Amino acid sequence: MEFPADLKYTDNDEWIRVEGDIGTTGITNYAQDQLSDIVYLEIATAVGERLEKGETLAEVESVKAAAYIYMPVAGIITEINEELADTPEMVNSSPFDEAWMVKYEIIDPAELEGLLDMTAYEKHCQEREH
Amino acid sequence: MIEPLIYELSSPGREGVQLPEADVPQTEFPKGLTREGLPLPELSEIDVMRHFVRLSQFNHGVDTGFYPLGSCTMKYNPKINEDTARLPGFAFSHPLQDPEMAQGNLALMYGLQEWLGEIGGFAGVSLQPAAGAHGELTGILIIRAYHLDRGDNKRTKILVPDSAHGTNPATTTMSSMEVIEIASDERGNVDLNALRGHCDDCVAGLMLTNPNTLGLFEEHVTEVIKLIHDCGGLVYGDGANMNALLGVVRPGDLGFDVLHYNLHKTFSTPHGGGGPGSGPVGVLKHLIDYLPDPIVDVIEEGNDEVPPLYGLVRPSKSIGRVKSFHGHFGVAVRAYTYMRMQGKSGLRAVADHAVLNANYLRVRLRDTYHVPYDRICMHEFVAEGCWEDAPEVHAFDIAKRLMDFGIHPPTNYFPLIVREALMIEPTETESIEMLDAFVEAMIRIAEEARSDPEILKTAPHNTPLGRLDEVKAARQLVLCCRPAETNQS
Repeated sequence: MEFPADLKYTDNDEWIRVEGDIGTTGITNYAQDQLSDIVYLEIATAVGERLEKGETLAEVESVKAAAYIYMPVAGIITEINEELADTPEMVNSSPFDEAWMVKYEIIDPAELEGLLDMTAYEKHCQEREH
Repeated sequence: MIEPLIYELSSPGREGVQLPEADVPQTEFPKGLTREGLPLPELSEIDVMRHFVRLSQFNHGVDTGFYPLGSCTMKYNPKINEDTARLPGFAFSHPLQDPEMAQGNLALMYGLQEWLGEIGGFAGVSLQPAAGAHGELTGILIIRAYHLDRGDNKRTKILVPDSAHGTNPATTTMSSMEVIEIASDERGNVDLNALRGHCDDCVAGLMLTNPNTLGLFEEHVTEVIKLIHDCGGLVYGDGANMNALLGVVRPGDLGFDVLHYNLHKTFSTPHGGGGPGSGPVGVLKHLIDYLPDPIVDVIEEGNDEVPPLYGLVRPSKSIGRVKSFHGHFGVAVRAYTYMRMQGKSGLRAVADHAVLNANYLRVRLRDTYHVPYDRICMHEFVAEGCWEDAPEVHAFDIAKRLMDFGIHPPTNYFPLIVREALMIEPTETESIEMLDAFVEAMIRIAEEARSDPEILKTAPHNTPLGRLDEVKAARQLVLCCRPAETNQS
């Protein structure tokens, strides 16, 4: 399984793309594969809201399980992917692109330091396989 | 479809029943309250009978075959339970009847409260909660009331191990409390260090499912309970798995403050689509005043000639009603019957055989299916439904393939702490022949996973319908059946 090198990751399987002071977040290919077919997704925040690192930004439900998606770093929400509610299957087909969930203004760039890079995340996924 | 919808069998003008002619004056409905063309199917009695009998024959129930569904305990429901529940004195009594005119019913409820108390080691029991999760809610509301009554307003946290029943966190949230998840250690017990880290004066309580969803008895149960009590919290026992403990250990003696029982699991009353649940709650002495209102008590002691007079009483600090009338009384009759039929030694034998059967399956299957927490289990165990040399095959495919052998699939993908989980609970009533047949089917499926994975991926093959589109069913909910011509949208 391959993960984009230009993203940062959390050990709870969220990814973050940093462009300037704006972060974009969704869940990884590994997470969608573990969950299998996603049937429901609800973004649990709104534009303008401030979420702290670790606060819930969305809930997803698959035919197997339900899971919470958390903020990788603190941020003020600037945009929400409204399409996902109607087409949650995009999380399965395009987890790193079309199925981004929220964009936000990063409050403290120092928090990015604590996240995993591609290699560390890859290792984290492999460890859980055994 | 192999069986049409009843609407598709409809033929205009066909009738199943003929109503007798009215022998009272008829009155017109007020204008505006009537409509033309009520969309109900029109069929003869025999059409309806055959339709539903055919549907019932497509079903798989514990009366038709093995049903090792972990966590849910689909155990056999002895049919004598149905006889007693239909006795006219029980079946035709009315919940608003004067208690003096319903002494038989109250005597049964009192007896059931007493026995549940005796079995669990509790001082008081309420029969009101209508299901296990409802019992949990009742129990947590009692814990909340206890703290608030003492002016201890800070306690908003409920600690829930990750091996608990999935309803435990939901109950906590419903009670306006905060869930703190506690990790399990490598033996499947509560991680004591993780637990210690969360024990402070904000803890309202801990919800402990014991045996837990791995089917394991909590090895440090007394230490866990002591840690919670030492920080001022109370311990809630999820007693849904009491069938493993009947007559062996009493949760009240271990220090659990509150516990719910599932009559529809442990005490053989119908389950799921078969009937309403019932989740009585037992409490230790210091919580007895908070029980739901009312409970049954003896108002006047009896003697050799006169039976006691039973009545309905309100506990002094009651959290109030949690259910209208007296809970699911018909279910209480069935559970009471089961206890009377088993007797003391019989109830103990239920636990012994439930545990023996589960361990027999665990040991016979563990070389074929990896069992991650492989120690003596209680009434169920959890195996992994996947192999490195059969990467295409998942627990889901194994579950589907089992149906071809006339076996209901075990619970799968739960608990979440086991990868590709298959949660297997044979129950106490199955014979050695049935258990062996299950083992053979499981071993054959494991062989097929390597030799012919396609047969698993496309299973089931022997059922009226094969793989249903579960994804579409979840994404596009159609919850209302309408006649064909209006069901176009």
